[in-house]
Amino acid sequence: MAPARTQERSELDWVAIMCLAPSLLYVFAMFIYPFIYGIYVSLQPLKGEAWSFKNYVAFFSDPYQYVTIKTTFALALPNTIVVVLIALFLAYGMRRGIWMERTITTILVLPISLGVIFLSEGILGFYGTNGWLNQILLGAEIIQEPLELTHNFTGVILSLFMQNFPFCFLMLLGYISGIDPSLESSARMLGAGPWTIFRRVMLPLIAPGLIIAFALVFVLSFAVFPSAVMVGQPAGLTRTISIAAYQQAFEQYDMSYASAIAVIMGLCQLAALIVVIAVRRRTTIATTMGVGKR
Amino acid sequence: MADSINTLRISITKRYGGKTVLDRFPLEIRGREFVTFLGPSGCGKSTALGIIAGLVPATEGEIWHDDQRIDNVLPEKRGFGMVFQNYALFPHLTVFDNVAFGLSLQRRPAAEVKQRVQEMLGLVRLTGYEDRYPGQLSGGQQQRVAIARALVLQPRLMLFDEPLSNLDAKLRVEMRAEIKQLHARLGLTSIYVTHDQAEALSLSDRIVVLREGVLMQVGTPQEIHDRPKNVFVADFMGFRNFFDVELGHANGGIVESVSKGLKLRARATDDLLGPAVMAIRPEDIRVSRSADDVNSIRGKVELVEYLGREQEFAVSTEEGQRIWLRSAEKVALGDNIEITLPVEKLVLLPRD
Amino acid sequence: MKRGYLWRLAIYLFLLGFILNLVGIVSHVVVSSFAKRWFGKPLPPAFTTDWFSYAWTNFELGHVLFITLFIALAVVLISLAIAFPAAYILARRNFNAKPILLLLYFMPLLIPQMTYGIPLATTLYRFGVGGTVAGVILAVLVPMVPLAVFILLPFFEQISLNLEWSASMLGANRLQIFRRVLLPLMVPGILTAGLLVLVNTISNFELAFLLAGGGSQTLVVALYYNVFAGGVRPVYSIDAMAVIYMVMVMSVLLVALRFVRPTQMVFRLDQTRR
Repeated sequence: MAPARTQERSELDWVAIMCLAPSLLYVFAMFIYPFIYGIYVSLQPLKGEAWSFKNYVAFFSDPYQYVTIKTTFALALPNTIVVVLIALFLAYGMRRGIWMERTITTILVLPISLGVIFLSEGILGFYGTNGWLNQILLGAEIIQEPLELTHNFTGVILSLFMQNFPFCFLMLLGYISGIDPSLESSARMLGAGPWTIFRRVMLPLIAPGLIIAFALVFVLSFAVFPSAVMVGQPAGLTRTISIAAYQQAFEQYDMSYASAIAVIMGLCQLAALIVVIAVRRRTTIATTMGVGKR
Repeated sequence: MADSINTLRISITKRYGGKTVLDRFPLEIRGREFVTFLGPSGCGKSTALGIIAGLVPATEGEIWHDDQRIDNVLPEKRGFGMVFQNYALFPHLTVFDNVAFGLSLQRRPAAEVKQRVQEMLGLVRLTGYEDRYPGQLSGGQQQRVAIARALVLQPRLMLFDEPLSNLDAKLRVEMRAEIKQLHARLGLTSIYVTHDQAEALSLSDRIVVLREGVLMQVGTPQEIHDRPKNVFVADFMGFRNFFDVELGHANGGIVESVSKGLKLRARATDDLLGPAVMAIRPEDIRVSRSADDVNSIRGKVELVEYLGREQEFAVSTEEGQRIWLRSAEKVALGDNIEITLPVEKLVLLPRD
Repeated sequence: MKRGYLWRLAIYLFLLGFILNLVGIVSHVVVSSFAKRWFGKPLPPAFTTDWFSYAWTNFELGHVLFITLFIALAVVLISLAIAFPAAYILARRNFNAKPILLLLYFMPLLIPQMTYGIPLATTLYRFGVGGTVAGVILAVLVPMVPLAVFILLPFFEQISLNLEWSASMLGANRLQIFRRVLLPLMVPGILTAGLLVLVNTISNFELAFLLAGGGSQTLVVALYYNVFAGGVRPVYSIDAMAVIYMVMVMSVLLVALRFVRPTQMVFRLDQTRR
């Protein structure tokens, strides 16, 4: 007999609750509560009366601070777009398997596992003015002066790309491979060429996953911290909002202000997510409408 | 062999959300009986079995085993054996350990376990397979291990949930015979669930036909096969021809009616009057004219299905009524033939 | 199909470029760690292993490694212990609150660690565990528990409910079913989850960094600090430390990859399809 999914109320019996309790309590105690506590703390500024928006006002009146939003956006948005587009291109092209797929995907897991710090340290060396890349380019006389690729905006972009691309690529590869291949075959039998198949059959199916991937990568990039410090210019060009929050917390010891900045950062990410969800709603409606049209 | 039950009485109702999956399903099973729950998918037969096993709780109702009410007894305490459609063998255990599983839970001494397991494996003809893993066995072999695993515990009641559905046709017929032999040899009481009427007919002492949670008919295989009590059962058991009729009073045990230009006579059944249905099996119709012109029909052959020994073909009357026959007669597409529906083979059924 | 050929070429070229970059980055660190002095030449003029011993003594690597492993093991054990029962229930049962619960578990993985790390650190400092090993463990568990749940979930779903039912019919009670059927069949799942949590914990930066105190720095955090230490540290010693870190991560990765495919190591987008 097919194990019945009973829809009775007794599915959530005491055994279920006992099993869920520890992890659920942990998430509540260590995630939800600090969140709420953080919001509370942000409203109790160090120098001022309780329950005021002083921190928020201070943030938005100080150009040194609020410019971080723009800086972080300028880093996160282009990076996300490039990563997602390239990852889509590659994952789509590799959807039916490719020579040495297992090796390639294994190698791509490395940057994800090694993590930001190691990669940034390596980027400093490899892309530095005295690093191998410049040596090769100079030696082959492709350039006359060494390229400034580290301790600036470019460095952070590079670092973000190296971290986010493999992650996004593997996600999309898994997702696209899961689409029923017979859909493509039937489209071909009906006379559709590869671009048409992509545009009218595959893209609508990939869209949900693509949008989620975009959201994930953007949100991650927006919170960039160590790369901005290690291969960027934390004092200037690449002073991201997370650096601002960190400095308030651990250099100025103003936990209240820091929490406020963290809240602002969270709100920015939330705003981005909402935009993404709205786009998703519109695209799914559009594609279903497109199906009827000829 | 088994300490079999004396009686099992059930009356159960099961609802999922708003849907009633079993409606006051009543049953009484006597010891040593082989009862089959027969019906199409979704009729509730597997659910009924699950409730009897204790794996699925009933929404309302009772289950009585001899003089004890066992509704609230946990499945592991009921002492019933169960064989599943997908065998459900433990993939991480050998054949021996699978069969010995229940015995090891009872903490039986190793020597006893070994003896009983090997005896049971011999009974299902799998001696020598003790050290294999389920993944190394064929479907039929896996099913025999599953049966052995349940039987080795000498259950008071055996529950079979469509055990042969995943096997190919030939294997199904072989395994059917084996199950029947085991049941007889070990003096078991069995409840068997299937959608295959051939299986039900060949194995059972009694058949319970279910449709969407409602009992349609209970009876011996002969009764279900020859004297279905309603259109659903008749259709399920292979009656392919149904004629809507209006019945008047019987005249000397015979009723007569006209259906779509066909004058039909049948043996009267009880007190069936007014709107009714006459039904007949394809294999019961004769390709010839009857001596007294009773129930004779002229028609043209429209479809022929070659079945080897016989053909199944459709004959269309002038009024467009299509009648299915099965016969060894050499008939070809387009032939104009005469057929007869023998009076004693026409069954009367209430109209739904 | 000429057109298809061009696309495939482009794909291979890009991948090749990316992998070469990766190889370049990694090998630079490795070469540097063995270099005596190196400046502006393709390869260092002389090699040595002195920087490793330098790093060992000056960066207190012994202590740091011990802390890292201790934290990693603690996180793995605790996260598996509390994720296992939760994943089982989520795999087997359906109830109204289930989508909300799944979203709740997903939040710490979706929201970047830096965003909730600051309030988390604030809270933990207020309760006096900030800067301690316990604080780091508690913080890193926040994303690791959900990770373990989501890795274990599909493994549970793969075990047919019929197996539990057969065991029940054969007389096994709940505990026996757990011990004799569920647990042995979940070994691959437990291994996969454990290894992935291990890798993620060792390489976790943001949370470990925010909660680190003097004596509770993990290897990555120590690495980061030494890049910006007051007294300028020779880059070769830092790279030596980085190499030790890399060896650690890669050994765990090598073991993990015997049990799990690379695409399973990232978040499964297709889970949202359901």
